[in-house]
Amino acid sequence: MLSLSHYLIIGAALFCLSVAGIFINRKNVIVLLMCIELMLLAVNMNFIAFSHFNQDIAGQVFVFFILTVAAAESAIGLAILVVLFRNRNSINVEDLDAMKG
Amino acid sequence: MITFETIVFYVFAAMLISAGVLVITLRNPVHAVLSLVLAFFASAGLWLLLEAEFLAIALVLVYVGAVMVLFLFVVMMLDINIAEVREGFARYLPIAAMFAVLMGVSLLLVVGPAHFGTAQVPIPPPVASDVNNTEQLGLAMFTQYVLPLEIASVVLLVAIIAAIALTLRSTRQTKAPKPESQVRVRREDRIRLIKMDAEKGA
Repeated sequence: MLSLSHYLIIGAALFCLSVAGIFINRKNVIVLLMCIELMLLAVNMNFIAFSHFNQDIAGQVFVFFILTVAAAESAIGLAILVVLFRNRNSINVEDLDAMKG
Repeated sequence: MITFETIVFYVFAAMLISAGVLVITLRNPVHAVLSLVLAFFASAGLWLLLEAEFLAIALVLVYVGAVMVLFLFVVMMLDINIAEVREGFARYLPIAAMFAVLMGVSLLLVVGPAHFGTAQVPIPPPVASDVNNTEQLGLAMFTQYVLPLEIASVVLLVAIIAAIALTLRSTRQTKAPKPESQVRVRREDRIRLIKMDAEKGA
């Protein structure tokens, strides 16, 4: 039978994959945003698994809010990306050194 | 014992993990977005197994239908130089793999069957057929969590306004006068005095 740890392991594997993705695609802002989406998906998986196995609906309410915030984040992130591409003609992270940070 | 549920779980889990691998390794960003869509579909299937029907459908409708389409629009609109963006891929691969394996092993030690197996967390009884997941979620959201719900709606409003304000370009075709530049104009901007000899009559 499927235990809670099955779902938690899937979430953990997805989270590790997206961390690796942030490392290897560190020049491409779009893939970085997609890796963040994947991370949030892994977290949501854990919330829903715990909600199911503890028979508590609060976990699903929390997932709903995470989805809301993630949608807002990607909308603003992509808007910033579009403005950035208009001004710099590139989405390479290393070109974004105007502030000398 | 292999039940139908177990088979479905492993099929969706394999789909999810392989789609995740494709997202981070594919060269073409459009293909990466499409495999992210596949990952969302697979996890919606897993959420259906966990009896979170409303969120599974919301994930497909909101995420695949709206957010991923937005991603696709942006990826296709921007003309990305893939070769330049991809440099350093092979260089960072070993350290990324090392971090991922380290994190994976340490997470596995925590969430493995030793701590969250069926002995520690018993499998809940299947829900009765008259229980409505959407209704339960709505009841919780509009009573106990009504203030967070309103804050979430404000967050969405801020996101709408911010996205429009960031990408809005004033159209250059309009002929409307700019009052601020008209007020600021000075005499020497408009009048040029030229000294020249008087012309002689022919």
